[in-house]
Amino acid sequence: MGDAFAAALALIAGADETLVEIVLLSLRVTLSALLLACVVGLPLGALLGIVRFPGRGPVVVLINALMGFPPVVAGLLVYLLLSRTGPLGALGLLFTPGAMILAQSILILPIVTSITRQVVEDLWAEYGEQLRSLGSGRLRAVPTLLWDGRHSLVTGVLAGFGRASAEVGAVIIVGGNIAGHTRTMTTAIALETSKGNLALALGLGLILMLLALAINAAAYGAGRAARRSAGL
Amino acid sequence: MRADPAILPLEVADLGFQADGRWLLRQVSFRIEGGRSIVLGHNGAGKSLMLRLCHGLLTPAEGQVRWRGPGGGDSVRKHAMVFQRPVLLRRSARDNLLHALALAGLDRRSRALRADAALDRFGLAALAGRAARVLSGGEQQRLAIARAWAVRPQLVFLDEPTAHLDPAATRGVEAALEVFRQEGTAVVMTTHDLGQARRLADQVLFLHQGRLLEQTPAPRFFDTPRTPQAAAFLRGEHID
Repeated sequence: MGDAFAAALALIAGADETLVEIVLLSLRVTLSALLLACVVGLPLGALLGIVRFPGRGPVVVLINALMGFPPVVAGLLVYLLLSRTGPLGALGLLFTPGAMILAQSILILPIVTSITRQVVEDLWAEYGEQLRSLGSGRLRAVPTLLWDGRHSLVTGVLAGFGRASAEVGAVIIVGGNIAGHTRTMTTAIALETSKGNLALALGLGLILMLLALAINAAAYGAGRAARRSAGL
Repeated sequence: MRADPAILPLEVADLGFQADGRWLLRQVSFRIEGGRSIVLGHNGAGKSLMLRLCHGLLTPAEGQVRWRGPGGGDSVRKHAMVFQRPVLLRRSARDNLLHALALAGLDRRSRALRADAALDRFGLAALAGRAARVLSGGEQQRLAIARAWAVRPQLVFLDEPTAHLDPAATRGVEAALEVFRQEGTAVVMTTHDLGQARRLADQVLFLHQGRLLEQTPAPRFFDTPRTPQAAAFLRGEHID
């Protein structure tokens, strides 16, 4: 155990080429998935927060429930979608980083959407009358409320990032854990642990946790500074 | 100075509003040509409700709100409202004005000019870049009034704009309202402060339990109110 830990630190300190490659691919996949989920989820959540339509309640419950969507099931669905005989099989995306990005963005879309809905719904309760008085319809209020809720929305985005960076089930099914191509930190940890290569697994695990810590610390610091200057 | 066709007079006919089967406002009729109208009445008399109905934030259960002037057909953006607790966006004072002006349909250049003019007019230029939410209560309310002024309304509704303010901030708000008087913008305002009502009112609308009991020129209302309810209100008593 102690040996494995020392070997892990050596791998990190030496910026081992395989290690760096795996870390960069993981970041690329997760950040792309997060971007995709935000592009769809932020406006979608905002609309759900302020537009009233029949069946809104069940939709909200469904999206909340999907926050706990099992990654392996998300992976399986995307696998079926992208497999040769599937509806999107012609794209040839299966076992590529593109497939992993798609699977992860589906996985975290409900988180981003759901938290955005709650934030925007609360803001609308506070702003609604004033905005309507200024001549803003509900659709026009979406960008206004997203911008004014930006500090709270960061939490939702971070939760999405956390889920995407930590999951292994979806990326291993649609990516296939191919060395140098679709191997991410989480899939590599699973593989190396099963092979008994604890040093690499532990090194990757450490990096994964440090990255999560660094990103959350940065977001927290930026949020605090912004809130102080905005008096929130 | 006004190029827009006039939307006034405002004519309210048999206005009624109910919630949960109870009439909160009923058979309210009045006409406003201009000047400063102060709406008085006890808590729950329907003052704020009446303002919201006139401003179009609520739909009346019966009766009509009509803008009788030649521009009255398209009155939506020509009257503004200032709320008891100003709702300011989480951005700078100037950006709050720019946002309102964008909603009013102005192009980018006009927005900037108009926003700066509003900041100047209401003595807020030094606070332009400050986050609106860190301003004092009085400054926030003056910014809300500047925001209402910026869209060049012909009538401004104010719902207890000084209810949460100390005397100094209240004077600041009253001074800001003077801008509307100078420019001939009509004002309809509710207040609980009788001294303020005496200082500001050209005429008084007195509401009692959802009914409009008086629409009277201010001097006459304060000297010789027509109804016993208004007389009791002025003495600080409540009678049904």
